[in-house]
Amino acid sequence: MRIIITILAVAVLASVPLWLRDPYLLNALITTGIFVIGAMSLNLLLGFTGQLSLGHIAFFGIGAYVSALTSLGFDIGLPGGLRLVHTPWPPIVGFVLAMLIAGLCGYFVGQLSFRVRGAYFVIVTISFAEVVRLVALNWVELTQGPLALTNIPSIALPLPGFGELTLRTKMQNYYLMLVVALLAYLLIARLVHSHFGRAMRGLMENETLAVSVGIDVTKTLTIAAVISAAIAGAAGSLYAHYIRIIDPEVFAFINTVTMVIMVISGGKGSLAGPVVGGLIFGLLPVALRPVMAPEAQWIAYGGVLMAILFVLPRGIVPSLAQRFSRRRSNTPALAPAALTETGAKEPA
Amino acid sequence: MNARNVAMTIDQVAVRFGGLVAISDMSFTVGEGEIVSLIGPNGAGKTTAFNVMTGFLTPSAGQVTYQGTTLTGLKPHEIADLGLIRTFQRTSVFPNDTVYDNLLIGLHRQGRVRLLDAILGLPGARASERKLRQKASELIEWVGLERRAHDAAGSLSYGEQRLVGVALALAAEPSMLLLDEPVSGMNASETHRFVELIRGIRDRGITILLVEHDMPMVMTVSDRIVVLNYGRIIAEGTPDVIRNDPAVIEAYLGHGAARA
Repeated sequence: MRIIITILAVAVLASVPLWLRDPYLLNALITTGIFVIGAMSLNLLLGFTGQLSLGHIAFFGIGAYVSALTSLGFDIGLPGGLRLVHTPWPPIVGFVLAMLIAGLCGYFVGQLSFRVRGAYFVIVTISFAEVVRLVALNWVELTQGPLALTNIPSIALPLPGFGELTLRTKMQNYYLMLVVALLAYLLIARLVHSHFGRAMRGLMENETLAVSVGIDVTKTLTIAAVISAAIAGAAGSLYAHYIRIIDPEVFAFINTVTMVIMVISGGKGSLAGPVVGGLIFGLLPVALRPVMAPEAQWIAYGGVLMAILFVLPRGIVPSLAQRFSRRRSNTPALAPAALTETGAKEPA
Repeated sequence: MNARNVAMTIDQVAVRFGGLVAISDMSFTVGEGEIVSLIGPNGAGKTTAFNVMTGFLTPSAGQVTYQGTTLTGLKPHEIADLGLIRTFQRTSVFPNDTVYDNLLIGLHRQGRVRLLDAILGLPGARASERKLRQKASELIEWVGLERRAHDAAGSLSYGEQRLVGVALALAAEPSMLLLDEPVSGMNASETHRFVELIRGIRDRGITILLVEHDMPMVMTVSDRIVVLNYGRIIAEGTPDVIRNDPAVIEAYLGHGAARA
């Protein structure tokens, strides 16, 4: 059943460029897809370890800048009169570096903040994103600051024996996004179904008990943070090479909020949740634009979000899955608690 | 216990929370394969002692040694890696997972594979998964919860959740098991079954330290009893000795009987 739905969904997604001829809509789908990858990576932290990273866009933006700078090259002054000159490398190298460096940032943020979890983790991640935004804004020599990095080359895939395939068209970029998204989905699915995933779930549900059966909190959460950040970095790299211009506004808080909305509405802790939530809230503005004034669009956006969470409080995918399975097996949600006789156990 | 090797030594352990003395100068040993009970009125420091032994609390003075390793400064998961596993009074399960998945989480120590192997689904990782599933089923059967295997652990009765807690602890492959009030909230027949279970665990070669309020149960199952009151040991010995110890009767059993 689940396999059939998965195959159908992939087939439908893969067929889109074949029948959708409107470049505007295809463009919206590609950027939405890139944000869905970001939302999936956020879900790995939020849904499977219970840690809310409200600076998640930092990893996305770092991926975008690393990838852009790798493929554009730079020439910056260092203290002591030295200069660091980097000649442009192929964008595909930038893509790999984006993942590595974003993952490294995930490692440091993880080490730093998993010692102080809960609200502190939220604050550390927000601060991290803001600091990175300020660096991008003010290190003009490297990032051009608010002038933005422009003319970022499109990704070119090396084809052994055939030279290179530069992905210029929307259709090519759509398939690139889809392949990366599927790989990210597969990676996260494998991870959460492995014993690392079980360790994460154990920590989320009952940390004291998890620790007592030998689960290492810091190590488990750091692994989750590194992989999550690396996937976000990959999404950022795709974004940079597709849009081909990035400025420090990529780090804006609203972008993190968008990802959180995608995860929460779709259902945190479910693999398909961020995809469903992401498609709805990524494409909603596109659907509303022709029929509403800009101010009304955001009101409608908020209205849809509230309606979803009111009707399906655990998010679309988990709520529907639960209803579906309950109707099928017709079992009560909770077994009746057996009688316990606490009162009879006083010390004799 | 003279004939046994010593598994755990508690050496002059003291715990103070500010001015409050939870444990003062506690020393005793637990032999390999022994069932030792730690008893005492509420607030005597029993759970505090457990928390010290499993690294959830750092003692203000003294140290705990397990099989030659000093536990001071080790994190709880590192102590678990030595084979010293505990259960908890209340929070004993992962409530949103099925009993079966609870056990799979509990088998963490046995299921360690390399991250990359797990992600790529390499044969080694797959074989390890199969072994874990097999072991989870065995443990569920061993504590007698087959019929609840696919129910959410949080939906089970109190007594059943206790059994899940014990199965979880066993999944972590203990060489010594610390049980914190395992039968509180159980009825007589559940308690009786639990006593059989504890004996079964000991027969697997696992040392047991028990904190419990249920006196008949403690007297039945223990090889030796250590009595705590106001953070210090007031008596130590076999159930028969403890039953007739005037200090114990006065400080603990007598007090309880007078109240009842």
